[in-house]
Amino acid sequence: MPDPVISIKGLRKSYGETEAVRGIDLEVNRGEVFAFLGPNGAGKTTTVEILEGYRKRSGGEVTVLGEDPERAGREWRERIGIVLQSGRLDPYLTVRESIDLYAGYFRAPRPSEEVIALVGLESKADERTGRLSGGQQRRLDVGMALVGDPELLFLDEPTTGFDPSARRQAWDVIAGLRDLGKTVFLTTHYMDEAQRLADRVTIIAAGQIVAQGTPEDLGERDAGETTIRYRSQGREVVLQTATPVQTLHELTAAALAKDEELEGLEVTRPTLEDVYLELTADSELPTEGRRFS
Amino acid sequence: MSGLALVGHQFRYDQKAFWRNPASVFFTVMFPVILFLILAVVFSGEDVDVRGGIDATTYYVPAIMSLAIISATMQTLAMTLVIAREDGRLKRGRGTPMPPWVFIAGRVGNSIVVALMMLVLLAAIGALFGADVPWDRLPAILITLVIGAAAFCCLGIALTAVIPSQDAAAAIVNALLLPLYFLSGVFIPEDQLPDGVIAFADLFPVRHFFDAFFDAYVPAGGSAVSWDNLAIVALWGIAGLLLAIRYFRWTPRSG
Repeated sequence: MPDPVISIKGLRKSYGETEAVRGIDLEVNRGEVFAFLGPNGAGKTTTVEILEGYRKRSGGEVTVLGEDPERAGREWRERIGIVLQSGRLDPYLTVRESIDLYAGYFRAPRPSEEVIALVGLESKADERTGRLSGGQQRRLDVGMALVGDPELLFLDEPTTGFDPSARRQAWDVIAGLRDLGKTVFLTTHYMDEAQRLADRVTIIAAGQIVAQGTPEDLGERDAGETTIRYRSQGREVVLQTATPVQTLHELTAAALAKDEELEGLEVTRPTLEDVYLELTADSELPTEGRRFS
Repeated sequence: MSGLALVGHQFRYDQKAFWRNPASVFFTVMFPVILFLILAVVFSGEDVDVRGGIDATTYYVPAIMSLAIISATMQTLAMTLVIAREDGRLKRGRGTPMPPWVFIAGRVGNSIVVALMMLVLLAAIGALFGADVPWDRLPAILITLVIGAAAFCCLGIALTAVIPSQDAAAAIVNALLLPLYFLSGVFIPEDQLPDGVIAFADLFPVRHFFDAFFDAYVPAGGSAVSWDNLAIVALWGIAGLLLAIRYFRWTPRSG
């Protein structure tokens, strides 16, 4: 029996004439890492800010941990953690002080040392946050959201602007949250991030949901054609097939018979990125949102 | 934690951040001291034709104290709140169970403590230059300081509503306050200012606060607590409070 932590029905949000969110439904179950994937300007941040109680919706129903975020109070805030899309820390406080400051806001905070270890900043605990790298600051950001030991954690584009190693470190931290049994609502515009971290992915484009599923079966990736690629006598050969086992068998049998090597043999299914690009390509996005098209 | 304990908690960290920030230490603590030393040296031995004639040092002690109190409250709050808002720190804090007023109370507490500290520091330095500390007037000085500090805190919080970015903060705050210090007789003794200037400055709270503080601090003055001036300062403060309640923003204006 699924236990929805977040439930959204027919959510709408308009800014003047513009409709940023145009009627979305979704549910997030307890203990899952849920990725909300979409290009910039698709309505991700608007949606997550409505769930966090920062914005009022124009229409629809929203329940987060059993309450309407617009009316939820202090008790509700004890149970959630928020990592905003952008945000700087107080540069004059140390890592430990920043965590201790936030620990004071909660009734039953997790011990600061534990939080610092959880986000891998033990060696920087007494460093001022102004001297941390971007990736370390972001991990501290996550740590400050974990101080209250929340049931539900919102992460809004946690790795945007990171170099690859900082992303890996942030991913390890997020993957660790699942092991703690937290429910994580993650927004991102990186396909690989959703693929790597999420149990379920929902793709939003131009304020509407265009696909939902696990990273594996999203957009019926399984049913798509498989691509086989190799070189034969210097020529590149590309085959599309719905029956890859049979085609491969025939190819390799023929090659073996001729004692030939299939150079650079590659068998690929459409990647999540291919599916994502296809799904978000025809949505009418403002120009700055067309990052992936 | 209870509300009050939470304010104490917030205040401790605001104090740490304040003293580690070179800009706040320089502009709020060092600048008034340097200014006083310069004025005390340049005008030493001269008399100011106020209240039947007092020496310049005695004049500048309450003058620079007024400036320091306004700087610790209005200026510090306007600047640090805008920076925290644009950094997204106010928004992040609102996502926690901490009641929003606690955050403001911590900052106001920080400002008032710094203002009290500046009072002590400038009184001590003034005494070195021969300006006696009026111990018997301490109650009047504290009443004046607290009413003024509270009012200028409200004005500082209200001012954040018209400051669009971190870069604009210092410019806007100084563009408002520096001319008022000049016109109110804080930098140039009021006996050297044309009559019209003081009359104009009387439209604003800086002049009234300076006047009240002068009355409290300089024994040659009239009654110790200048209630009429303080009433005008308090009215400004209440106006600031109402504007702050209506227009204060927790989320960044840019981005």
